[in-house]
Amino acid sequence: MKRCLISLLMLVAGVATAAEFDYGLRAQRIAGDVYAFIGKTEDFTPANGGNIVNTGFIVAPGGVIVIDSGPSRRYGEQMRQAIAAVSERAPVLVINTHLHPDHFLGNQAFAGVPLAALPATIEGIASQGNAFAENLFRLTGDWMKGTEVRVPQRALAAGTAEIAGRRLRLIALDGHTGADLAIYDVASGVLFAGDLAFFQRAPTTPHADVGRWLAALDQLAAITREAGFTALVPGHGPVTRDAAPLRQTRAWLTWLEGALRRSAGDGLDMNETLDRPLPSEFAALPVAANEYRRSVGHLFPAIEQEVLGAGR
Amino acid sequence: MKFPMTIAAIALAALMPAAEAAALQDSGDPLASARWADMQRTVLAGAPILFDPRVKVVAPVTAENPLQVPVTVDATGLGKVVEVIVFADFNPIVEVLRFYPDAAPAYLGFRLKLQQSTPVRAAVRTADGLWHVGGTWVNTVGGGCSAPTAGSASKDWQSRLNLVSGRQWSAGAQAGRVRLRIEHPMDTGLVAGIPAFHLETIEFHDAAGQRLMRLQTAEPVSENPVFTLQRGAVSGPVEASGRDNNGNTFSARIAP
Repeated sequence: MKRCLISLLMLVAGVATAAEFDYGLRAQRIAGDVYAFIGKTEDFTPANGGNIVNTGFIVAPGGVIVIDSGPSRRYGEQMRQAIAAVSERAPVLVINTHLHPDHFLGNQAFAGVPLAALPATIEGIASQGNAFAENLFRLTGDWMKGTEVRVPQRALAAGTAEIAGRRLRLIALDGHTGADLAIYDVASGVLFAGDLAFFQRAPTTPHADVGRWLAALDQLAAITREAGFTALVPGHGPVTRDAAPLRQTRAWLTWLEGALRRSAGDGLDMNETLDRPLPSEFAALPVAANEYRRSVGHLFPAIEQEVLGAGR
Repeated sequence: MKFPMTIAAIALAALMPAAEAAALQDSGDPLASARWADMQRTVLAGAPILFDPRVKVVAPVTAENPLQVPVTVDATGLGKVVEVIVFADFNPIVEVLRFYPDAAPAYLGFRLKLQQSTPVRAAVRTADGLWHVGGTWVNTVGGGCSAPTAGSASKDWQSRLNLVSGRQWSAGAQAGRVRLRIEHPMDTGLVAGIPAFHLETIEFHDAAGQRLMRLQTAEPVSENPVFTLQRGAVSGPVEASGRDNNGNTFSARIAP
């Protein structure tokens, strides 16, 4: 009974200290009317509440275009307030770049605003969104309170579109997931790369197709060579004025795929592969060891299957 | 029961390096699992045991994917091994598999499904009848035993059932290693509407017909199981054959 009381007290204390659930979102101006909220380069924890992701917005003539809505209802609400502190224009469109939960679970805060995504992203959020949300509840706890999945309804097509009086190039790619949308704001030269680009944080691979991802990086790299390009907002990690996030993401993926292939080819099993040391180039990258461990789980079985033969 | 056990422990300890001998114990679960007493009673029928550091069970401390938790059991430090039982204290289906090394050393790699964080253990019976127990805790978000398999959701699993792929390594650091993958849903029976459907027995023979190892596999072995064996010296192909609980059989030859 005494133990129960103590745990109860600890629970109350825990709730009290995190009572504000303040993500501390401050819009970082990237260029002209283009802003981003830069998350921590960490894993999901109850301390960061899932604020490990970059989101952004563009103040267009016809209203605010929101790019990703963060990991929770609270994040979305606080994001909306932080946007209001920058512009009095109302949000007119929320775009979800892909189906991972830290990019769409703030959708609830934008009730009445159209939610848009690529068709495969819409399908994925509809079918797997609740499972993703449950997982984030487990990882971050009460920050997620009241969060429910809102599935985007408006399907986006690749190509240049005029949205709220702003010309956006919608680039439909894949490789990080089955559908990854990158957005290039022509007027400012800012490229929102979504999770196709990670910077100063190891990439995540739960739905990755490494070959497709590398091809997508080629396409994004071509945009950074255009005359008008000014900045790249990766899905995770700091904003750059060059293609460094694309190079770093490519280097990680190339090494990862090669290391897993060598390991499988040498006859190592999953435990032995997990035990392999990270090269010094990547060892200091935030969450590298954790992401390598997860990636072995995600990618090794298929590579192993190729090495063992297609079946006979 | 206590008295002869202690004699066995003393006799064994005399033959072992001091550090390992110090870790030998016949009571007091080193993994401090609330279910150990149950495990000893139900899995080992109350037989005498020794917690023995020479039974190596390798698994990640944190398993990212509870459906595919890699486990390697290495009891080659024990001499002649008759039987190995792998089990997980807190799994809804406790027993994972048994293996009987014949001409092959007492070494097996595989993957299993976990429903929650649990010790994963190997109990190894040596020729003298004593069970040597080793293990490790694996933390996981769980749910691996009550999640539907990919196979049960796909349309073509029946045409791919029991397809085998495999390879032997005859040179390099892994010389003498055999790896085998079998397509099988390994349904646990814990998902509503999907009955238990899993491989039950697998045998490995060399070209001369000598048995290398026999396996009895249960529901917690992962979907599309992959096994890693060491065959010692490589001499010719390995013949693998097996059967599931519905009577479907397979046999395959893995060339060196």
